[in-house]
Amino acid sequence: MTKMTNNNPLLSVRGLHASAGDLEILNGVDLEVNAGEVHAIMGPNGSGKSTLANVLAGRPDYTVTAGQAIYDGEDLLALEPEIRARMGVFLAFQYPVELPGVRAWQFLKAGVDARRQHHGEEELSARDFDRLLREKVQMVEIDPELVRRAVNEGFSGGEKKRNEILQMAVLEPRLALLDETDSGLDIDALRIVSDGVNKLRSQDNATVLVTHYQRMLNYIRPDKVHVLLDGRIVRSGGPELALELEEKGYDWIREAASYE
Amino acid sequence: MTQAPTRHERYFADHQALAAASPGPAWLDTLRAAGWERFNAIGFPTARRGNERWKYTAVAPIARVNFAYPFLPPDNVGGPEPDFGFAAVSAAADFDGETGDAIRQHLGRLASFEDDGFAALNTAFLRDVAVVRVPDGSGAPVAVRVNHAATDGPDVEQRYARHPRTLILAGRNANLTVIETYTGPPGPRYFTNAVTEIVVSEGAQVDHYRLLNESPAAYHVGVTRVHQARDSSFSSASFALGTALARNDFAVTLDGPGAYCSLNGLYYTGQGQHIDNLISIDHAQPHCTSRLNYKGILDGNSRAVFGGEVLVRRNAQKSDAQQTDKNLLLSEDAEVDSKPSLLIYADDVQCSHGATAGQIDAQTLFYLRSRGLDLAAASRMLISAFAREIVNTVKPQPLRDYLDSLFDRNIAVKTLPVGR
Repeated sequence: MTKMTNNNPLLSVRGLHASAGDLEILNGVDLEVNAGEVHAIMGPNGSGKSTLANVLAGRPDYTVTAGQAIYDGEDLLALEPEIRARMGVFLAFQYPVELPGVRAWQFLKAGVDARRQHHGEEELSARDFDRLLREKVQMVEIDPELVRRAVNEGFSGGEKKRNEILQMAVLEPRLALLDETDSGLDIDALRIVSDGVNKLRSQDNATVLVTHYQRMLNYIRPDKVHVLLDGRIVRSGGPELALELEEKGYDWIREAASYE
Repeated sequence: MTQAPTRHERYFADHQALAAASPGPAWLDTLRAAGWERFNAIGFPTARRGNERWKYTAVAPIARVNFAYPFLPPDNVGGPEPDFGFAAVSAAADFDGETGDAIRQHLGRLASFEDDGFAALNTAFLRDVAVVRVPDGSGAPVAVRVNHAATDGPDVEQRYARHPRTLILAGRNANLTVIETYTGPPGPRYFTNAVTEIVVSEGAQVDHYRLLNESPAAYHVGVTRVHQARDSSFSSASFALGTALARNDFAVTLDGPGAYCSLNGLYYTGQGQHIDNLISIDHAQPHCTSRLNYKGILDGNSRAVFGGEVLVRRNAQKSDAQQTDKNLLLSEDAEVDSKPSLLIYADDVQCSHGATAGQIDAQTLFYLRSRGLDLAAASRMLISAFAREIVNTVKPQPLRDYLDSLFDRNIAVKTLPVGR
């Protein structure tokens, strides 16, 4: 069923330009992500890293003005957000939305069933979904009580981020985009969230971590690190690049980039 | 008897025919006649001359039709509604029977028709009265339902008005649940002119559910008057599916220290429909608590009016009152006029009010879509979640399940505008 061969990346972004209203935010992003890889996108505030993740997931606030993104052989940017999700793209929100009155169970089952239908599979029975959810709740070490409540309603910041990881675990994406999932987490929550991400890593899926800080990368070891500045990737490297950034700050990159 | 000239000849003729066909005890005949006189004097309300109570709702569609009284048997307790496992109360009250004295004592006492043409008209046509009465000191739970079902009248060309009346008397320490439903055939533009009076005695607890599930083309004017004594508790949830014109005039008087009321409402209106909720709470005594929470879902070019009037009188210290009205607009053409108001004359009180009207938030919609739900599924999930807050206040499980599916079924999601 999959159109991917070993030679093709899971995600290939070329010359991506995007704007919000009159504001150009992405100015030609190139990025290739292979199955089995973890990429970290780092950069100062306003560099466009969250925009990149959101554009790939289809957030309607942005307009793509040029470039393309091929995911699993498909023109990702031509697809509605829900189709992207059903094809295995997942965005962990920087600010997860509270859904008063929407039970987590119902919400997650609808997502799982939408994806299954897209792939020509039957909806899960309530019993099978119960089992799946229980298993994932244990996997990501989330308080089972949170699943019984309305989605994110009255959750603390850390609980919301954990809940994003639970959703990711349940939906089993092939391409997970984590938008500053580490921000606002205390050290315990950061460990739990990171453990969840690590447990979900496999040779078939890929993760793109968008982060301002290096500290999450102590827990999730990336294969590649990219630095985004003014809407373009100005430098790529291995995990050591993250440490260098932590040490020297983003000004160093900015200066280095201006000479290139 | 009344022989004053009238602009309402059809109503007058029917009123007289009713008095002749269904003569009651003298007190009832007198009450009917007084209702007619008042209606004939003041007629239907108009929005002119600063009539704040009818500022946003024109009753001309009702006033200009000569609705006839159908003279059908009163006992329409069956109806299409499920019974929710509750015993039915007939609308054929026996005015001479055992409870006759109680009826005489209370009927028309709370629902004053001095300034209310609709209540006056209802009183002029007093016949179909459903009486629910729990005597003093009987604390055993009582659960009943009253279904005022409109049926097609004898002449298919004629348009009919019915004037259902409900009298609920909860004695001291009573524990009473009442489901009051209004139903009717889907087609005709009939008019339901309902009045309900509820007496909640000291220490009594009453759960009251009111469901408007009439023809989408019907007119419905409902007046509900509640009087609460010391340490009583009154919880109400009013549900309304859209009709051409609906008015829910609901007033509670907290008339004894320690009284508590919780008034919840959920309304849905579609293309061409109009609903007007006027909810009044009178904190007449100290140490009372009131909660008012109404929610509306508006589609098409429909319009909703919400007036919340909380009055805290000067002696009503330690009053605690909250009111909110939230509206979800499914269409660019829908309109809501929400006017929550507080009139506070005491100085040691806790009161708050708020109103919102808006479309489904774009960020929220994207969150659901990013999990694989398409626009229609996401919208449905969010709309039913919005409604569920009110549906969840319903305690009897069969009624809650019924309302859940009733609103899910009736709320159409055609095109959903996305607010930013």
